[in-house]
Amino acid sequence: MQNDLQQQLDELVQQAAEAVRDAEDLAQLDQVRVRYLGKKGEVTAQMQSLGKLPHEERREAGKVINTTKQSVQQMIEGRHKILQQAALEAKLNAEAIDVTLPGRGQQTGGLHPVTRTLQRIESLFSQLGFEVAEGPEIEDDYHNFEALNIPESHPARAMHDTFYFDEHTVLRTHTSPVQIRVMQERQPPLRIIAPGRVYRCDSDLTHTPMFHQIEGLLVDENVTFADLKGILDDFLRNFFEQDLKVRFRPSYFPFTEPSAEADIECVMCAGKGCRVCSHTGWLEVLGCGMVHPKVFDHVDIDNEKYTGFAFGMGVERLAMLRYGVNDLRLFFENDLRFLRQFR
Amino acid sequence: MKFSEHWLREWANPDISTDELAQLLTLAGLEVEAVEPVAGEFTDTVVGQVTAIEPHPDADKLKVCVVDVGQDEPLQIVCGASNVAVGMRVPVALVGARLPGGMKIKKAKLRGVPSFGMLCSEAELGLAENADGLMALPADAPVGTDIRKYLHLNDNTLELGLTPNRGDCLSIAGVAREVGVVARTEVTAKIVPEIEAAVDTSFPLQVEAGEDCPRYAGRVIEGIDPAAVTPLWMQEALRRSGLRSLGPVVDVTNFVLLELGQPMHAFDLDRLDGGLSVRHVTAGEKITLLDGQEISPEVGTLVIADGRGPQALAGIMGGQDSAVGDETRNIFLESAFFNPLCVAGRARSHGLHTDSSHRFERGVDPQLQRKALERATELLLKIVGGQAGPVVEVVHAEHLPQRPVILLRRQRIRRILGTQVEDTEVEDILRRLGMTLTAAEAGWDVLPPSFRFDMEIEVDLIEEIARIHGYESLPSSRPQASAIMQPQPEGRVPVMRLQQILVDRGYQEAITYSFVEPGLLKALDPQANPVRLSNPISEDMSVMRTSLWPGLIKTLAYNLNRQQSRVRLFETGLRFVRQDNELSQERCIAGLISGPLYPEQWGEPTRSVDFYDLKGDLEALLATTGELDDFRFESESHSALHPGQSARLLRDGQDVGWIGAIHPAIEKEVGINQRAFVFELRLSCFDQAAVPHFAPVSRYPAIRRDLALLIDREITAAELEEVVRENADPTLKNFHLFDVYKGEGIDSGRKSIAFGLTFQDQSRTLEDGDIDRALSRILSALTGKLGATLRE
Repeated sequence: MQNDLQQQLDELVQQAAEAVRDAEDLAQLDQVRVRYLGKKGEVTAQMQSLGKLPHEERREAGKVINTTKQSVQQMIEGRHKILQQAALEAKLNAEAIDVTLPGRGQQTGGLHPVTRTLQRIESLFSQLGFEVAEGPEIEDDYHNFEALNIPESHPARAMHDTFYFDEHTVLRTHTSPVQIRVMQERQPPLRIIAPGRVYRCDSDLTHTPMFHQIEGLLVDENVTFADLKGILDDFLRNFFEQDLKVRFRPSYFPFTEPSAEADIECVMCAGKGCRVCSHTGWLEVLGCGMVHPKVFDHVDIDNEKYTGFAFGMGVERLAMLRYGVNDLRLFFENDLRFLRQFR
Repeated sequence: MKFSEHWLREWANPDISTDELAQLLTLAGLEVEAVEPVAGEFTDTVVGQVTAIEPHPDADKLKVCVVDVGQDEPLQIVCGASNVAVGMRVPVALVGARLPGGMKIKKAKLRGVPSFGMLCSEAELGLAENADGLMALPADAPVGTDIRKYLHLNDNTLELGLTPNRGDCLSIAGVAREVGVVARTEVTAKIVPEIEAAVDTSFPLQVEAGEDCPRYAGRVIEGIDPAAVTPLWMQEALRRSGLRSLGPVVDVTNFVLLELGQPMHAFDLDRLDGGLSVRHVTAGEKITLLDGQEISPEVGTLVIADGRGPQALAGIMGGQDSAVGDETRNIFLESAFFNPLCVAGRARSHGLHTDSSHRFERGVDPQLQRKALERATELLLKIVGGQAGPVVEVVHAEHLPQRPVILLRRQRIRRILGTQVEDTEVEDILRRLGMTLTAAEAGWDVLPPSFRFDMEIEVDLIEEIARIHGYESLPSSRPQASAIMQPQPEGRVPVMRLQQILVDRGYQEAITYSFVEPGLLKALDPQANPVRLSNPISEDMSVMRTSLWPGLIKTLAYNLNRQQSRVRLFETGLRFVRQDNELSQERCIAGLISGPLYPEQWGEPTRSVDFYDLKGDLEALLATTGELDDFRFESESHSALHPGQSARLLRDGQDVGWIGAIHPAIEKEVGINQRAFVFELRLSCFDQAAVPHFAPVSRYPAIRRDLALLIDREITAAELEEVVRENADPTLKNFHLFDVYKGEGIDSGRKSIAFGLTFQDQSRTLEDGDIDRALSRILSALTGKLGATLRE
C-alpha cells in the first residue's frame, strides 16, 4: 500500500514537473497550480483521501503527501519567479522608446540682438554702480540741444538731421538729453547709463532713421579724463572679451570738453586692415568727454566742486561688430530667420 | 575739407610719409577720412606736340598724327579724338607704358596703319571720371617731360572730417599751421604783396549793418581779359580739392578760399547799379541766386544790394544778375567778415550749403580780409590782367569779435586731465598755437589768436594742451567713487523679467520703427490722433505710433511672405498718445501670435493658436505682480479686434490693456491669411507688485468636490466664479474650472461647465456635513442668480 502510494505520488510529481516546465506564462502556470494544488487539484485530492486510510497509515502517508505537495509548490514558485522576471523584461522591452526623437512642446524664443547687446552693456556698467535711467523720445529742443550747449545757430545742429514736430519739439537725436533730465533732478554723485531709441532723418545703406544709443554719465568730486580713459578701456575689452588695443582721439561735441572718440583695433582683421575698418585697422566705437562747464551751468551743478565725464555709443554698431552682422537694416526688418539666430 | 597733399607741403613739409601725416592729423583731432591718389597709376607718359595730321586712309574717324615727344624721331600715332589739332600739346603714352586699369601700350596697327603710342585724355590717366577729348596741355608744356613730374601727379587728395569748432582749419594755411604745431615743423606762409592802385576807379560802398558785417573790403579791377583761361596748375589745385574750374575770376576766389580760408565774391561791375550796400533784407525783396533758384529771403537776412536790390546773400551765395561771366571786363571784388551768427542757419533755411557759408558760420579770421583781397588781386592781375583800383574798407571795429583773455589755472589742468603737465610744456604748446601768455598768480592769462573762435573758456585751453600733448600720452586710471548702495524696489517687476517670460514661452523680440504708416494706424484705431512728423523720411513712416500693434502686424506680414508661418513676437517701447492736446509717452509691452501653437513635431497634434493661448502667456506676465486676481478681462469691442474675441484688461478698474483676435477686415487689408492674436499692456501696471507675504500651510486634509452645471451660454466663467466665491465660506481654498462643453446632448442655449472646489480649514479636519452645507449654499445661489442646474 505504502509503495503504491509512493509510486503514485512520484508519478504525480513527475507529471507536475512536466506541466510546470511547459507553462509558458504566468496564466498557464496558474492553471498548473490549480490542477495540482487547487481545491480540486490532484495533490489536494490525495490529501483528502487520507481520511479513508486506516488510522496507523495516516501519519506516514500524510508525511509523504505533504512532501509531494511541498515539492510541487516549490517547482511552481521557482517557475513563477522565472516567468515573472521574463514578464517584466518583456514589459520593459515593449516600453523601450527611441531616445533620439526630439523633445516635445514649446521652443524658446530670443531677445532682439540690440536688447541683448544693451543688457550686456548695462550689466557691465552696473558692476560699477551705474543705474539705468530713461527719458522721453519726443523731446523739447531745450533738453535735446540747448542745455547740451548746442544753441539754435550752432553748426552741430545741422549735423544732427533732426526730425521735427514743430519748431521746439523733436524726436531726440541722441540719448544725451537723459543726462540733463537726471542732473536737473539730482545732485552728484551721479552714475547713470541711459539706453534707448534715437532718431535721425537719414536712411541709406549704413543709416536707419531710428537706432539705439547708450549714454553714460559719471559726476563726482574728483573725476578726470584719465578716469574716463580707464573706464572705457575696461569696458571695450570686457565687452568684446578680447585684449584689444583702444585709442583715444581728440574730437568735438558741444556738451563735453575735452572731447574724444575712441577707436578699437578692428575686431574683424585684428588691426591688419580690411573692408570693415576701411583698411585703417581701427574702428570708431564711441564718443566721450568731460562734461562741459556750460552743461553744468544749465543744471546748477557747481563747476568748481564737481567734474564729470559722459560717453555715448551706437548699440547697433557694437552688436554688428560683436556678432558679425553685416547689414544695419537687418535689425529693423525683424525677419525671424535673422532674429532666431539670437537665442 | 579736401585738399592736395602737395599743396599743403608747399606750406608745411614735415619729413614724414603720407600715412604718417594722416595719422598725425587724425590724432590731433583733424580726422583724415580718406587719402586718394590724385591720378591713376601709369608710367612712361610724356608731353608731346602734334606736328602734323593726315586722314586715315581706311577709317573716317581715325587720324594719323605725327607727334614730337622730344626724341630724335617724331612718332606716328593713330588717334580717334575729335579735338586733336596741329600744334596741340597732349600727354602721350609711349610704347611700353602702363595706363590705369592695367592697359599696356604696344606697337599696333590700327586699320592697317602702324601706331607707336597713344594720345591721352584726362579720363585715360585717371585724372577725371570722364572726358570728351584729349587733355590739352598748355602751350609752354615742355615737350618730352614726364607727365607725372610735369603735373606733380605723385600727389594725394586728403579728406579731413573737420569738427564744427575747427573753422580755422578750413584752409591750406590753417591745416599747415596745425601741422607746424604737431609735427614741430616750419610753416612757410606766402608773402602777399600790397598791390598799389593803378587806377583810381572805385565803387560806392555803404555798410548799414555794421553789427553783422564788421569789416567789408573790396576793390575794383578793370579791363580784365575775358578770353583768359585758368592756368593748369590752378585748375589742378582746385580739382584736387574737389572744386571744378568755372572760369579764371571765380577760380581765383575759390583758390584763395582754399588757400587762406577767406570766402570772396566777385561782382560784374558793369551789371551793378548805383552803389553797394551791406544791409538787411526788407519785405518783398527777391534774389535769383547763382544756382538759378529765386528766393525771397526772410526779412532781416543780410544781403549785399545795389540800387536795384539784393545782389548777393551775404556769406552764402552771389546773385545771377551781377555774376561774372564770359563777357565780364570789370569786376568788384569782395572780401568781408560776416558775423557767424548772421550766416548760421540762414543758408540752411534756404536749403543751401556753400563753401562760403560753411566757413562763415564756423568763423573766419576777422583779420584776414585785406590779405586775402591782396592775394586775389595778385593772382587776378597775373591771370586775367587788368588794373586794380584802391582798396575800400569799411570797419566797425566795435563789432569785430574780440578774443577774451582767459585765466588758465595750473591746478585746473590737473583736475581735468588727471595729470600735471609741466609748465614749460603748457607754455610751449599754447605759444605754438599762436596764443599770447602772461604769468598770473595761479597760472597764466592767455590771449588766443583771432582765428580761434573756439577759445572762450579755461577748459578750451586745457583741451588744446591735452590734444597737442597727445591723448595717447595722457594717463589712464580707474575712477574712485563712493560706494553708495542704490534702492532696489522689490515691488516692481523689471521689464527684463517680462521679456524673459515671453522668450521662454517661445516669443522672439522684435524692434520696429516708432513711426508708422498713418493708413494702417487709422484702420486699427480710427479715434487715434497721432503726432505727425513735419519732415518724415517717407509717408509710410510719418506718424508716431499710438500702439505697438502696427509694427507687429507688419512684421507678421513680412514673415508670412517669407514662408515663416509660425510667428510669436513681442516688443516693448513707447507709444505716443495725444489726449486733449496732452502728449503722453507710455511704455508698453505688446505681443502677437499666429500659426501653429508648437513648431511641427512628431509627438503633438498640430493646432493653430487661439485666444486662450495668448491669454495664458499674458496671464504669466500678470502673475509676476503676485496679484493676478486684481486683473479682469472684460469682453469689449475694439476697432482693431474681432468683436467676439476681444477683451479690455483692467486692474482694479483701471484700463491697462487689450487682448484679442485681429479683426478679419484688417487681416485682409494687410494681407495676412491666417488668424493672429495680439495683446498690448501698459508697463506701468508692473510698477506695483506684491512682495510675497507668508500664510501658514494647513496641517489638515483638503477635500475636493467636483460639480457639473448647466447654465445659459451667455453667462461667463467670471460671473460663475464670482457667485461661487461670494457664497463660499473661508474654507473654500480653490476654484478650478476644468471643463466647458456645448453641443450634442445639451439644450442649444445652454452649456455645461464643470469645476472643482477645494475646501480646507486651518484648525480642524472638515467633515462631510461641513462640505455639504457649503456646497448647498453655493448651489442654491448659482440656481437662484444664474439659473444653473446640476447636470445629470
